[in-house]
Amino acid sequence: MITLNINGKTHELDVEPEMPLLWVLRDRLELTGTKFGCGVAQCGACTVHIDGEAHRSCSTMVGDVQDREIVTIEGLPKDGPDSKVALAVQAAWQKLDVVQCGYCQSGQIMSAINLLTDNPTPTDDDINASMEGNICRCGTYVRIRHAIHEAAKDLA
Amino acid sequence: MLIQKSQTIAPSRRSFLKGAALSTSVFVLGSFVPLGRFAAAEGEAAAPAAVFDPNMFLRIGSDDSVVVLCKHLEMGQGVSTGLATLVAEELDADWSKVGFDFAPNNPKVYNNLFFGPYIGTGGSTSMANSWTQMRQVGAAARSMFVAAAAKQWNVPASEITVLNGVLAHASGKSARFGELVEVAMQEAVPTAVALKDPKDWKYIGQQLPRLDSKGKTTGTAVFAIDIRRPGMLTAVVARPPQFGGSVGSFDDGAARKVPGVVEVVEVPSGVAVLAKDSWAAMRGREALKISWKADKAETRSTDAIVAEYRDLAKTPGLPAAKKGDAAAGLAGSDSAEAEFLFPYLAHAPMEPMNCVIELTADGAEIWAGSQFQSIDDYAVSQVLGTTPDKIKIHTLLSGGSFGRRANASADWVVEAAQIAKAMKTKAPVHLLWTREDDIKGGFYRPMALHRVKADVKDGRVSGWQHTIVSKSIITGTPFEPMMVKEGVDATTVEGVADTPYAIENFSVEVHNVKTAVPVLWWRSVGHSHTAHVMETTMDELAHKAGADPLAFRLAHLKDGSREAGVLKLAAEKAGWGKEMPKGSGQGIAFHHSFGSYVGMVSEVSMVDGTLKVDKVIAAVDCGIAINPDVIRAQVEGAIGFALSAVLRNRVTLAEGVVEQSNFDDYEPTRIKEMPAVEVHIVKSAEAPTGIGEPGLPPLAPSIGNAVFSATGKRMRSLPFDLGALA
Repeated sequence: MITLNINGKTHELDVEPEMPLLWVLRDRLELTGTKFGCGVAQCGACTVHIDGEAHRSCSTMVGDVQDREIVTIEGLPKDGPDSKVALAVQAAWQKLDVVQCGYCQSGQIMSAINLLTDNPTPTDDDINASMEGNICRCGTYVRIRHAIHEAAKDLA
Repeated sequence: MLIQKSQTIAPSRRSFLKGAALSTSVFVLGSFVPLGRFAAAEGEAAAPAAVFDPNMFLRIGSDDSVVVLCKHLEMGQGVSTGLATLVAEELDADWSKVGFDFAPNNPKVYNNLFFGPYIGTGGSTSMANSWTQMRQVGAAARSMFVAAAAKQWNVPASEITVLNGVLAHASGKSARFGELVEVAMQEAVPTAVALKDPKDWKYIGQQLPRLDSKGKTTGTAVFAIDIRRPGMLTAVVARPPQFGGSVGSFDDGAARKVPGVVEVVEVPSGVAVLAKDSWAAMRGREALKISWKADKAETRSTDAIVAEYRDLAKTPGLPAAKKGDAAAGLAGSDSAEAEFLFPYLAHAPMEPMNCVIELTADGAEIWAGSQFQSIDDYAVSQVLGTTPDKIKIHTLLSGGSFGRRANASADWVVEAAQIAKAMKTKAPVHLLWTREDDIKGGFYRPMALHRVKADVKDGRVSGWQHTIVSKSIITGTPFEPMMVKEGVDATTVEGVADTPYAIENFSVEVHNVKTAVPVLWWRSVGHSHTAHVMETTMDELAHKAGADPLAFRLAHLKDGSREAGVLKLAAEKAGWGKEMPKGSGQGIAFHHSFGSYVGMVSEVSMVDGTLKVDKVIAAVDCGIAINPDVIRAQVEGAIGFALSAVLRNRVTLAEGVVEQSNFDDYEPTRIKEMPAVEVHIVKSAEAPTGIGEPGLPPLAPSIGNAVFSATGKRMRSLPFDLGALA
């Protein structure tokens, strides 16, 4: 049995410890907001927060993250003081209509929240460095950069 | 041939068809307004006498919600917002109440008016074919609400106004759409409607927010990969390592022992492993032992295929275009023949190919990011031995496509149907391609080789001989009768054979290559390579003539043309010709595709021998700009999408086996590489044309021409030979 704390809930799961977190989220718990893009930690579509840090769930074995706090896009706080960064990021993404196909954007948003939590006033270089692991095949990068600055302004 | 292609005849008679409603509180309006631009003759409507499908183009609820049934696939291009904008404009709806749903696969109602009786999204035709139709849907619904209110209030219809979903009369009476739904749906559907004067538009031309932003920023948007059906099994398929190969024999003993694996079946494309979850299916596939047959396979390496291309290019090909006498124009020329080589490219949409299929008593239900529904349902019906009307497609948001999901062979939905058919149970099957399957799976932008000999005399192009070697995308598909003439596939030569440049002595020849490597349209199709050849060559000729590259192009275009317009606008906004720092350069390019015109100026710099694309300034003329922000987004995105094909992407074969496998060796553009982008839109009163693809073609040549300006080196082939710049 594997015990996982996901979005504030404890789940007891009969899965092998080597099973990637991504597939537990998507296929066992039906938390499908976290996406499968490459399976080898190259694209960031599967990004989740583990103890507040952005991680690629496709390359994270569930046996390694028992008793850690896992948050997916569905579990982002919607109110209260902890919700400020997430809400600012999502609002900026909506205001600037960043999305196109949208498939990578859960991962982009999880990475952006992580960046702004650690660094409230990122430069373009900071954004490039921090968001480099998230691929957007639609090429929405101009707006991703803009939206992160916009969210930073909103949070200031 | 998959689908019998009937002659597409656009009827002139307007016939609105009213559908039955699901419930009394839902207003349903259906219409069939054929407006095909390929109109060949006047004729009777291809529409049926009556349609009773409850989900047509518009559902208005008693809660005032306005749901537009979207007949095109939303793959990120913004079409759902665009179509809804047209309806909302004429309906005078409240935009905050507007949403969309995907239309069912009924071709009698939801056909692409440019494709004839078929549903499909592609060729950047969505807004263009729907432009009048969707406004008529909105206008007809509006007039039914007005007629209903006029009766209720006993006032003349002409005195009723509609604003933001509220009908009103000077007497003080007013009502929301939701309040009048039941009576409005009793009104006769008008046979003709007047559309607004453009000066009265409130939504068209404005920056309305996208309808899909919220779902896509909260993880709630549903893609095919997110569908979960009771008892569903996930299938992954082991396919032959070489294109054209097939299964010899296999041993599935170890695969069946993997926990979670339920079944292993052989299908025409390979061996499918079905399991309770994706991970188990993938592990099961790894445990298969298969011996493959390669007797019909492509077993050559890329170098050998290129060598064949080069040999062919030296021989006379099929004529694709001819003006004047190219050989005479080049008599005595000292120009060398230039070679341009373009690799196979994978589309690599972020959502890997996948779909869910569930067999029903007489057909199937499919959940997919379906792009050519009328091909997908027909192809699946053939597998299952039934008819397309028994195949119900639930179209869902797709995580990109770039052409991959619009396949005349419907490869992945057919594969899913074959797996479901091979299963003994009727469990729903979710076919999932991994990223490796996608990169190695074929249906690539065809490899292409161009040879060009061209020269200038007295500041003008004196002669242009052009040979293209490629594999035809269209031959062998239902589109062949329409798009292949005398052996020449229009998608091989588009952008060259129809060049807007006035070249007196011009010839284009084509060689069609045969290989088992499957090819497909890739965002902007033939223009993805032809624009680079045309615009690089024009730049070279300008330099040879000692002319400014912008002035040289304008001299070969009509004064006041839309072509000239976007070139001038891009040049003006970029400060064309300004002093650039040492090691930096500007490059200009222009291309016309899918009815739209795009001019681009790129600015690059060389930093320690590494190319950096700093900025791209684009000018776009795509007719009336229905939503300028979506247009800007499509051009920004086309630049981001295409940049990695300029810098590094290629699919290569080693003894027939694809050498790339994932985003590490087929790496899309990353954020640090993304240049600043400016998009300027030409104000236009022309009907809207495409924008999903036209932003792509001028990118590579504008960057290549900037590299020449910065370094003196020509980048004729893609991806660029960056080593030559170091």
